[in-house]
Amino acid sequence: MLGKWKGTSLFLAIFVVMGATFGLRLYLAADQSAITTSLATAPGTTTATGAAAPPTQSSTTPTTPSAAPSTGSATSGSNAAAAAVTITGATESTRYGNVQVAVSFSGKTITGVSVLQVPNSNNYDQRVAQAVPPILQQEVIASQSTAVNTVSGGTYTSTGYLLSVQSAIDKLP
Amino acid sequence: MRYLDTVMGIPMSIDIRDAGDHQVAAAEAFATMHQADAIFSPYRPDSELSRLNRAELTLATVGGLFTEVYKLASRFAAVSGGVFALQNPSGEWDLNGIVKGWAAQRAAQRLRDLGVANFCLNAGGDVVVAGNSEPGTAWNVGIRSPESAQQMLAVLALRDMAVATSATYERGEHILDGRTGRPGHGFLSVSVIAADLTTADVLATTVFAMGSEGPRWAAERYDCSILALTEGGAFIDAGDLRRWLVPAGRSLDAAGRVPSLYGN
Repeated sequence: MLGKWKGTSLFLAIFVVMGATFGLRLYLAADQSAITTSLATAPGTTTATGAAAPPTQSSTTPTTPSAAPSTGSATSGSNAAAAAVTITGATESTRYGNVQVAVSFSGKTITGVSVLQVPNSNNYDQRVAQAVPPILQQEVIASQSTAVNTVSGGTYTSTGYLLSVQSAIDKLP
Repeated sequence: MRYLDTVMGIPMSIDIRDAGDHQVAAAEAFATMHQADAIFSPYRPDSELSRLNRAELTLATVGGLFTEVYKLASRFAAVSGGVFALQNPSGEWDLNGIVKGWAAQRAAQRLRDLGVANFCLNAGGDVVVAGNSEPGTAWNVGIRSPESAQQMLAVLALRDMAVATSATYERGEHILDGRTGRPGHGFLSVSVIAADLTTADVLATTVFAMGSEGPRWAAERYDCSILALTEGGAFIDAGDLRRWLVPAGRSLDAAGRVPSLYGN
């Protein structure tokens, strides 16, 4: 597992691309981003878009990473020759569920990453509401519907996500 | 204004409510976290932690920040009877249980030192708040439900406090009991509220790994409050949780929301 992290400059390039895709897009394109706008204009609104929220939507912002050296600008023919392919990464299983992504390439340039699977506690039912409620429990439940500024939660499983991206890159011919 | 960055592979945000442009302060705060990553990352071959694991460094030759974290972690390991561990089962140094909270706490202190008074720093689900979200109003910090990121287990009203949550959803790493090297069990989610995020983060991890006796153990030894959800679906509290819950009895609208908090 560590081996996948080591010595793969291309992987670091992906890391940068993802940072740009998820972070900078939200930050720099604040005017266009519905999420950021809602956060900025309605700070009290319930938006659990805190760091705990998994990026379930695909992000396909075209990016032109300056990294990925020695791509060789494979222009054997027209631009169409920079073959557009989408490769599905391996399903990385974590204790909490599977993580899988599909990576779109134009030549060796990544043009998008789609999240196919993220952990999801499907078997979780409405047990919370069924537990025997002492007064404190009622107070806890009463607080649940209040609008929030931010969300505390378990760390998002970026490791599995990145490993799945890596495996898609490894499959690139 | 909200500033975003990715540190340690984890999305992080700083929401600053002071008037003016605080981009420089936010960048400095993020820089302290990147610095921590450079020192403590197990994924970077050149980090002090990796070099220590390769015996290229010793505890006598690591830098001052490493020593600071090592000493803090050692204290938690001793008080927890080894549930919180500094080494993973294969014997390598592993300070992941403390580094994120410590680094985010340090970043929050950097913001304060730069004169930022009202902010909320969220480091991948670990939260530090300072001052108010708006004049006279505390920060409302939701604790997400294991079921969904959009659903809250509880909402806390906090000023100058920190919250960390350890849970069995989404996280790609096990939360191990250092005594056995095996994953802790008993809880779906453990949140710890404390004055600093280092303590909150370590205790959330430790209580989760410890299992059922964890909440009481923590509350008896540290100034903290705890909300845990058991695998059986029951809430467990310890410390003075009620003090932090948003006040009950506010009138809710038809959707069960507090109308005054909705701007649109």
